[in-house]
This record gives sequence, structure tokens and C-alpha cells, in this order.
Amino acid sequence: MSKILMKGNEAIAEAAIRSGCRLYFAYPITPQSELIEYMAKMMPKVKGTFIQAESEVAAINMVYGAAGSGKRVMTSSSSPGISLKMEGLSYIAGAELPCVVVNVQRGGPGLGDIQPAQGDYFQATKGGGHGDYRLIVLAPSSVQEFADMASEAFDLADKYRNPVMILADGMLGQMMEPVEFKPAKTDAELQELANQHLSWCICPNEDGAKKHHHEINSLELDPQVLEQHVLGLLKKYAEIQKNEIRYETYNISDENEVLCVAWGTASRVVKSAINEVQKQGKSVGLIRPIRVWPYPYEAIKQVIGKNVKKVYVFELNSGQMVEDVKIAVEGKVPVDFWGKVGGVVFTPAEIKEKLEECF
Amino acid sequence: MTTEMICAGFGGQGVLTIGKFIAQAAMQEGKNVSWLPSYGPEMRGGTANVSTVVSTEPIASPIVSFPDVLVALNQPSIDKFAPSIRPGGLLIYNTNMCPRGCKREDITKIAVPMNDIASEIGSMIVLNMVATGVVIGKTDIIKYETLEGNLTSFMQEKNPDLLTKNLAAIKRGIEIAKQYT
Amino acid sequence: MEIIAKRPEALTKEPFHYCPGCMHGVAHRLIAEAIDENGLINQIAGVAPVGCAVFAYKYFNCDMAEAAHGRAPAVATGIKRARPDMHIFTYQGDGDLAAIGTAEIVHSANRGEKISVFFVNNAIYGMTGGQMAPTTLPNMKTTTSPYGRNVDDIGYPIRMCELLATLVAPYYIERVSLLSPADIIRAKKAVNKAIRYNKENRGFTFIEFISTCPTNWGYEPEQARQWAKENMLPFFKLGVYRDKGEGVE
Repeated sequence: MSKILMKGNEAIAEAAIRSGCRLYFAYPITPQSELIEYMAKMMPKVKGTFIQAESEVAAINMVYGAAGSGKRVMTSSSSPGISLKMEGLSYIAGAELPCVVVNVQRGGPGLGDIQPAQGDYFQATKGGGHGDYRLIVLAPSSVQEFADMASEAFDLADKYRNPVMILADGMLGQMMEPVEFKPAKTDAELQELANQHLSWCICPNEDGAKKHHHEINSLELDPQVLEQHVLGLLKKYAEIQKNEIRYETYNISDENEVLCVAWGTASRVVKSAINEVQKQGKSVGLIRPIRVWPYPYEAIKQVIGKNVKKVYVFELNSGQMVEDVKIAVEGKVPVDFWGKVGGVVFTPAEIKEKLEECF
Repeated sequence: MTTEMICAGFGGQGVLTIGKFIAQAAMQEGKNVSWLPSYGPEMRGGTANVSTVVSTEPIASPIVSFPDVLVALNQPSIDKFAPSIRPGGLLIYNTNMCPRGCKREDITKIAVPMNDIASEIGSMIVLNMVATGVVIGKTDIIKYETLEGNLTSFMQEKNPDLLTKNLAAIKRGIEIAKQYT
Repeated sequence: MEIIAKRPEALTKEPFHYCPGCMHGVAHRLIAEAIDENGLINQIAGVAPVGCAVFAYKYFNCDMAEAAHGRAPAVATGIKRARPDMHIFTYQGDGDLAAIGTAEIVHSANRGEKISVFFVNNAIYGMTGGQMAPTTLPNMKTTTSPYGRNVDDIGYPIRMCELLATLVAPYYIERVSLLSPADIIRAKKAVNKAIRYNKENRGFTFIEFISTCPTNWGYEPEQARQWAKENMLPFFKLGVYRDKGEGVE
């Protein structure tokens, strides 16, 4: 398979279809509209379902129904629309349903603007909806990674029966980069996927006398019973934290005097700046969480080299992931933060200047 | 080897396409590429710009702060981006729509009456291909043959006349660029 | 001994939790009988609402999803699209369907989703303790309209059958009542027809039941039925609003 030059929004849609997603429900919003448009065009060609829902609220509840039927299903939106999906996501997490949600973030709060931002980190990783639940959150930094995360997200969702969010941004959605797709699922693989959840999902009764009665539900009025349910969820989340942490290290060495932490689009700008300051003989490393929940607390602690004087966090928000970095660093070295808000993306030159100030 | 390029102009002048054709061809020639457009309401008749990076190395940031090459199809694009061209860099601009031009002396400037050339060729929509030709003629960012092959497979059946005009526009651009070497 | 009536197969053994005189049990039974009579027990799934019928997922002996408040038609859409060979119904009350879920019901009807919606209208919020519903009658007192529903302030009750009948796509829309044995027999026929149309994948079918809430209205069950006949039926007219199967457009 050769490389194709493609927008992130289209690449994630194509990759989702190749991963066996045949149901997609969404509502248009900038800067993710190419995603919904791609699905509108391609789903009929694979005999899949595309519905432009009346709202993001309806779309996420269609996802709830389809996920409850055991099928691979996806929705996507951008920040304000993701807020509307939070009710549904809480129900989906509570009912333990597998699904994939793509957030092509834009500047906020409120309507904000339509430029790239990372202001939904707290919403994605700390809750957003009500109650004790977690999303698995994948944070791509290139179009290729965005596309690769489709199959990863569906596999994680199926494995843990948990909603998975791909937390991208307007830049990754709108940018074109070469992308190489994995082969599409074969009919045999699709059949296997279709049957993997029959023990609990909504499906025709073919059990004869042992007729099943599956309930897709997040309600339990007896606090003792609900407690047990939530404890079960927590056990699952602990398992996810044990197995599913992913991060990338860049230019990490014992010479590092500054350790940067950045995710998604921001991490790319930081890499450019590191390349520049490296030419001046200044050693700066980067650790990039590829998944922002579960979070690589231990890894960050481990890569702080003996010469590191400062951990520097760069985000396209007012300082959200930096709180997790502080937890990871445990006060061993100072943690500093610099970011841009409102959909303004910092430049390599600006980060370079910030890094130079550290020496 | 990395070339960072910004193409800018009014919406509808086809600046995004310049970047896209170059990125596409460079990718086929085995380079790493990124193409990052401005987007949103400004695309509807306002100014549009696209950052294109072509590199033999993996591309860290797709955001271009200091372009090696600026293609400016109108004066506001020069005003906005020309000050940040790297010293020794290249400015290609459309004299028909850039009355004030650019005062910098530390860069190479190629001034081309792109509207005039496009109308000579017989279609204003090939204006952006004149600019593309200049980029190809002046830099080694992509080979002409790669682009010709792409345009041919893309347009030959649907609109052979437009293909001929596009290729003519690119060739004119290349010729003009050669005068500057 | 001859058995002339038994529990429908489409109901589980779980005892209903409804108040004395409540008609949800009757509505449940009518739907369950229709599922049995149409031989759909192994191919049907339902979506329960938020409201008094929130535990409907325990009562119907098929796969059931419990939806967020008002979202049942969207959830049913997701299930039906994921499992087109199955037959899907929702069961919703007036707050759920005609207030918080207005967008979902209107748009699922407008898409002509091949689902059945059973809508119980008793003019009040039951589960939360007797608050005003979108179908609460003019001047009717509830805990959130303690001086009576003031139509100049909060508007008139919404007539859902009439509203949905303005749309082109719905296949079958009928309003029935559960207020007398004769009405229940007529309601049974309507429910049966909706489930049959559903089985045949004809299109969107919608049955509204005019019902009572003795507990929150503060009446004895028989008084409640009488009050509903006198006050609800003049405003919510019974009848067929759409039946494409019988040429009623």
C-alpha cells in the first residue's frame, strides 16, 4: 500500500472504516466537517450506516444503541459538540459499551473559535460527564498516527468494553500528510468482530429454551449494588492503567538539562525547537504521552535525568496536563508551564526562545 | 535538507492547490511532507494561506514561522509574510496584484505578471500554476515530470483542454525562473 | 381446567412496581401480547425511558436498553441500524418524549425510522413526584404549577400525534385511551397493528395512550379515569392520525 496525501479528518474516517466501523452518527461542526463528509460519501459504499443526527446529543445516543448492539460504532465532533456528548458518554461508560469518539479540538470556552487548541484535556481525561468513570484517551501528533489510532481505539474499546476518545485538534484535522493505511478487515475478520459481544449485547435470541434477556443499562438504585458496579469499573480502570500506557521519548539523555513534556500538536512544535537549541549545544529532551489516559506518571519520573534542572510543559491551553506532570515529578525538580490559548498555536521560534531562557 | 514554503493570496486564487501539488509530488519523490492550510471563514473570499514543508528528514512542526519560499499572489500576502522570509530566501510574487512589491534586499525576488500570463494562456484559473512553475524552476523542491504526470492522470480524461493550459502555465513559470539563475 | 388467560411470554416474571390504579401495567401487557401474537419474541428489543416506566427494561422479556431521559428514539435508531433484522420499540412518558426528548422523537419520526414508539400521556411527571408535564392541561395544578397551568405564561399542552402527523415520513400514528375496558380493547388493536407494521418493516409507528396518574393527581383510580375522560379526551382527541397501510394520510 503506497502513501496517500490526506487530511487528518479524512484519514481517521478511512482508517475507521478499514477497522470495521460500519456505523457512524454525527453532527457537522468545524474543524471536523471533512470527517463527517467522508463518512457520508464512503459508508454507503461499504453498506454501512451514516446518519447526520439532529444534534450531538442524538448522535451519541445512537452510538449508545449501536454499541449496545455489539457493533463497531464511531462519532466525532469538535469541542462544543463534544460537550453535548458528555451526557451520553457517561451512560456509555456506565453501561460498559465499546465505542470510539473523535474530538477535533478547537479554541474555547463557549463557541470560542475554530482554530487548533488543547483546551479539552481536563474534560477528556478527568471526566466531563457525571459520575466516576474514565475514557481511554489517545492523543495523536501526526496524520499517520491519527489514522493508526482508529484500529487501536476500536481494539481497546472492544477489549475493555469502554469508550475510547481520540483527542486530536484542528491542525491534525485540517493538515495533509502522507499516510499509509493498514489493510481493511477481511470479511472473515468482520464476521469475528460481529460475534464478539453476543454474550451481553442486544441481539436476536438464538438460544432456544435458554432465552437470553440482556440489559444495556447504567441504572441501579440500590447503592450497595451500584457500589459493586463502580468498584468493578475501578478494577477495570486499574487494569487499563497497568497495560495501556504509551508514550514517546525524544532526545532523552543524561545530558538533558531541561525535560519537556508536551502532547499532540504541541509536541511537534516542541520537537522543532529542541532540534534548534540542540544545534547550540543545549541538551533538551521531550517525553510525549501518546495516550493521555492512562497517564505515564512513572515514565515521566523515570526520564528526569540527573542534570535536569527544570521540567517544562508546553500546551495549547492555559495549563491542564501540567497538573499531571506535577503529580509525576513529585516536586523533585521545578515544573514550569508555558502555553497559548484561544486557538493560537505557538511557533517553534517561540518555544526555542523559552528553552533558551532556561540556560 | 528542508524547504519551508508559504503560499498566500485571495481565496479563489488557488494558493492551497499550489501547496497541495508540490506536497503530493514531493511525497511521490520520497520526501517527507506536510501541508497545513489556514481554514475557516477567511477561506470564503478573504485571504488564504498554506504552509508546506518538504524535507529529507522527518518533519517536526508543520508550522512555518520563517519560510524559505514565499509565494504571494496579492499585496496583503507580501505585507503579512515577506518580513519573516529567511535571509537569502525566495519571494515569488504576482506583480498584477502586488502594486507595492517588497522592499527587502536580502532575498531573491521574482516578480511575475501572473494575471497577464494566465489570460494570455486563456484561463485565469491557471494563475496559480504559473506560480508553481516559478517555484519548480527556481528551487529543486520537486521535478516538473512528477507534477506533469499527476496533472495528466488527474485531468486528461475530464478536461484535456485545461490540462494543456495548466502545463503551459507551469512551463512559462519555469522559463521565467530560469532568467533568475 | 382450561387456561383462558396467562402471563404473556414477552413479560418477565419480575413483578411491576407501579402504584395502585396506574395503567403502565396495562400498556405493558398490551405490548407484550402483541409481541407474542406477532411471533416476535426472539427478534424484538425495546428501549426504556426515564420516568415511572424506567424499570421497563426488567419487565419485557427481550433484550432491553435503558436510555437517558428523552433519548430513547435515538438509542432505538442506533439499535435498529446496527441490527436491521431485529424489531425495536421504545416506551416513553410525556416528560421524556414531549419535553426533554422532543428533538429525538421529531427527528426519528421524520427519518421514518422503522421502530415503534409507545407514548404514555398522563399529563404529569410521575416518578419525580407530580411536576408539570408538556401535556399538563390548562389550569391543571401540579407541584410546579401550584396555581394551575397558566397558558399565557407557559403555553398550551403539546399534542404529539397532531404534531408528528405534520411530517411526511411516519407510517402509522394513533391516539388511544386506557380509560375503559372498551377503550383498552381498541388500544390493543392499535398496538397490535403497530407491532405488525414494525414486523413488516413498514416504517415509523407511534401509539399514544391517554392514561392516568391517580397518585399524583390525588384521585382514586376510578375518579382519575373519570377526570381524564372529562378533561383529557376533549383536548387530546382519540383517533387515527396516519395509517399508510389503510390509506389514511
